[in-house]
Amino acid sequence: MAAPKKAAASTPQDKTDGGSPPEFTREQELKALRDMLLIRRFEEKAGQLYGMGAIGGFCHLYIGQEAVVVGMQMALKPGDQVITGYRDHGHMLATGMDANGVMAELTGRRGGYSKGKGGSMHMFSKEKHFYGGHGIVGAQVSLGTGLAFANNYRGNDNVSVTYFGDGAANQGQVYESFNMAELWKLPVIYVIENNRYAMGTSVSRASAQQDFSKRGVSFNIPGRQVDGMDVRAVKAAGDEAAAWCRAGKGPYILEMQTYRYRGHSMSDPAKYRTREEVEKVRHDQDPIEQVRNRLLAAKVSEADLKAIDAEVRDIVNASADFAQHDPEPDAAELWTDVYR
Amino acid sequence: MPIQVLMPALSPTMEKGNLAKWLKKEGETIKSGDVIAEIETDKATMEVEATDEGTLGKILIPEGTADVAVNTPIATILADGESAADLAKAPAPAAQQKAAESAAPAAAKAEAPQPKAAPAPQAVAEPDPEVPAGTEMITQTIREALRDAMAEEMRRDPDVFVMGEEVAEYQGAYKVTQGLLQEFGAKRVIDTPITEHGFAGVGVGAAMTGLKPIVEFMTFNFAMQAIDQIINSAAKTLYMSGGQMGCSIVFRGPNGAAARVAAQHSQDYSAWYSNVPGLKVVAPFSAADYKGLLKAAIRDPNPVIFLENEVLYGHTGEVPKLDDFIIPIGKARIVRAGTHVTIISWSNGMTYALKAADELAKDGIEAEVIDLRTLRPMDTETIINSVKKTGRAVTVEEGWAQSGVGAEIAARIMENAFDYLDAPVARVSGKDVPMPYAANLEKLALPSAAEVVEAAKAVCYR
Repeated sequence: MAAPKKAAASTPQDKTDGGSPPEFTREQELKALRDMLLIRRFEEKAGQLYGMGAIGGFCHLYIGQEAVVVGMQMALKPGDQVITGYRDHGHMLATGMDANGVMAELTGRRGGYSKGKGGSMHMFSKEKHFYGGHGIVGAQVSLGTGLAFANNYRGNDNVSVTYFGDGAANQGQVYESFNMAELWKLPVIYVIENNRYAMGTSVSRASAQQDFSKRGVSFNIPGRQVDGMDVRAVKAAGDEAAAWCRAGKGPYILEMQTYRYRGHSMSDPAKYRTREEVEKVRHDQDPIEQVRNRLLAAKVSEADLKAIDAEVRDIVNASADFAQHDPEPDAAELWTDVYR
Repeated sequence: MPIQVLMPALSPTMEKGNLAKWLKKEGETIKSGDVIAEIETDKATMEVEATDEGTLGKILIPEGTADVAVNTPIATILADGESAADLAKAPAPAAQQKAAESAAPAAAKAEAPQPKAAPAPQAVAEPDPEVPAGTEMITQTIREALRDAMAEEMRRDPDVFVMGEEVAEYQGAYKVTQGLLQEFGAKRVIDTPITEHGFAGVGVGAAMTGLKPIVEFMTFNFAMQAIDQIINSAAKTLYMSGGQMGCSIVFRGPNGAAARVAAQHSQDYSAWYSNVPGLKVVAPFSAADYKGLLKAAIRDPNPVIFLENEVLYGHTGEVPKLDDFIIPIGKARIVRAGTHVTIISWSNGMTYALKAADELAKDGIEAEVIDLRTLRPMDTETIINSVKKTGRAVTVEEGWAQSGVGAEIAARIMENAFDYLDAPVARVSGKDVPMPYAANLEKLALPSAAEVVEAAKAVCYR
């Protein structure tokens, strides 16, 4: 019997994260800690404001997943675009968008990024190359592929970082986009944030192929699974994927194995998982604690870490204050921005 | 008895074609499947294959003949044992024509639902204010006008590109993008996989960065796969971003009923898209409007739905020979002036409206015919001014009546000119059924000039 044919293309498909990821410099560790803390404290505050009735509608918190956006952002360069779904506050803060503008959008005030007309799920920043903030599950995948198309059309070497969840990964247009991205060698990193639950449906109940890094196999798109709770692993994978895209080799899939501590949205009773499961991840894998412990082990003082916490709390408190006192949009705003 | 070879129809809307070339000579032996001739239309060139065996008896239509009607006998094939002397036994062309008609009625009958072949019925009474007096006009098909509009805008702005199924190598499923690949290359004329939802999203994403895509849908029926991206992403982003990020994009392609393609390929989406704030919706009728409005749509900073009509692609019209001919979006045009009743339509509905106006004139009813051209924003002022003059109105659309554009027009007339009305507004529309396939039923499902005449007489109490 003939030997089975060797796989045609050598892709990093089967590469697993062997051993520890490359160490961060102290500076990188401190930045990662600060940026992740900002997201966590911001989201905690958003949760409080929601409970107070200051934030309406849907509000999807990013707590637990902070290492994904912070690590990815460290792998990007100016001009790279970011686009995601509705769990988007962390992505915005990671791109450097102003906390006041994000929080004021959550409270529906005129100083919000969308003048109060978009809300939690729909915010954008041309300046920070953040393309939303999309409420329709999976729609951002085609749009993000279009951002990469534009990079290709313009001949620059920017990449589009297109985030979506394990739930969106089952939408049809994801695969339409994969096909075109590989066909046209578009510079797009598909970051699948696998937080194990699509709303209340666990991955095992919704996905025939639960290894999301393999979702591009039939399109020849390389993919790898990444410990999305370790910001260093995320950054290393982001570097590799970005280099692949910038070299003109086409798209790349990163499955970030992560976890959300809070419910799908604020109104989630969380009957689909146990409190123990959440506590275990929190205790064993928390992305912020990992960095904090490494910094303490490297003899950074508690006082220095507390100073970072204090700076972050100040920013978040100021944003909450701004977001509650900024006026609502003028009634005339109802009719603006429909056309330009 | 000798067998007649008939001019074949290459597409549901083909009415005539050119006999480009004979590949067999009289007296040559023919086997089933042999290519015997080439015929061409403005859309395509196709080979005619013999379906019968024998000898090519007589060529009835010489090569190089233009505008041969579908089902015209073009040659006879003699069966074994037959000779040229038997040719006389072949049925007379007229009889054959009749037989063919009953076999393939839609192809043979060029009456409604299909409008007459070129030139399009354009009884233009009013000069177009967008065209300076004395402008030289060129005659071209709507297909060519669309192509020229895209080519001119692509020359003008390197950010404009066109993408869709079969737009490049194939030269367009309906040949609207003919020659664009050759002039602009594969970077700007992009064949997509059959993946409407995906490529509509890719187009919108590219547009969000400032590029200006023209997304061609092979027909708007297939755009239903993409309607989430069109509405949720393209139409709403400017608003949701507080004015920061919108998209300049044109979604274009044939809309509405073609001919004999049945329910899933024959829907008119005018009302659907015109319901959505954030979109502009354009649906022209004349060749000049097709050109001037497509150029305006490409330059518009908003998403524009550009509804074309397959039946009209081959129709010719006068297009101004101007370097930069733009028709502003949002302006209707009075195509025919009149005093007794206002008939309002757009796109192919104008075919029925204009025909009806001719008929009505014979009975002494002078209809004012308004071509809306743009459905959103709707030029209410032109409608209202006309109705204030005539006191009566009839709307004509191929789409369904419920929640249709005609319903919207009637409501606006009621809101703005109620006291001027001498009769309730009448609507002529497609019937409230999915489009049937059978030729007679299809004809019944679509509006007709007779229905417009009837409605106009009714509102005139005649």
